[in-house]
Amino acid sequence: MNVKYINPFLEGTIEVLKTMAFVDPRPGKPYLKKNNLAKGDVSGIIGITGTIKGSLALSFSTGSILKIVSNMLGEEITSLNGEIRDAVGEITNMVSGAARKKIEVMGYSLSASLPTVVSGEDHSIMHVLGGPSIVIPFDMDEGPFVVDISMGDPQ
Amino acid sequence: MDVNKKIKILVVDDFATMRKVIRNLLKQSGYENITEAEDGVVAMNMLKSTKIDFVISDWNMPNMTGIELLKAVRSDNELGSMPFLMVTAESLKDNVVEAVKAGVSNYIVKPFTAEVLGEKIDKILENIK
Repeated sequence: MNVKYINPFLEGTIEVLKTMAFVDPRPGKPYLKKNNLAKGDVSGIIGITGTIKGSLALSFSTGSILKIVSNMLGEEITSLNGEIRDAVGEITNMVSGAARKKIEVMGYSLSASLPTVVSGEDHSIMHVLGGPSIVIPFDMDEGPFVVDISMGDPQ
Repeated sequence: MDVNKKIKILVVDDFATMRKVIRNLLKQSGYENITEAEDGVVAMNMLKSTKIDFVISDWNMPNMTGIELLKAVRSDNELGSMPFLMVTAESLKDNVVEAVKAGVSNYIVKPFTAEVLGEKIDKILENIK
């Protein structure tokens, strides 16, 4: 996967979470992931089509997503309920939109599918193109989360 | 210019959480009179049976999308001039053109702050005064 796609997803994630959830996640060093195990407790995944095909997943630890969704809704959420799943889908959708906008500036035309949300211990993330994927780790005081991306070559 | 913050706003989105998020942002902008619908069909029924002053609608929804709802509103004799703010996760040029052609009052791309949402609504209300 071309590394030039990393920054749009990194910046898109920070932009969405800063704007909608008033949090400032700290990005770590991206690395290659060779299996399909999710890094978090709840994950949103969305397919990307157009000039470049691929998929994006956001996988949150319980602590990080409870803080994010509590801030988004303006009320304290204490467990991984339906609202959390709903919000993870919406956040994934928004990050995909923000990142695609940045990639489109490079001259590509992209669209996205509807997001799906998976949760539970040791759940997996199945990328459209299969593995490996690139993981951008983020840290918050309440816990970590990752952005897991797999993008092919332009068609 | 002062705008009426007491207007009744209909928020249309298939994601319950997103409706709650928008409700939260509207409250931060001073708008408290808010009602909700989960898709365009439900929204259209509410618009015909309840007094609504302003519509904020998501673009992507099952049953009746935001653009279909906008077209239905604009072609209705009684609802034709309803202020209509479209919300979407992407700013695709084709979508913007389609929405403008269909008579959208304004357009907002997610993510957005309470401040930006409030400014868009205020501007639409000022323009129809």
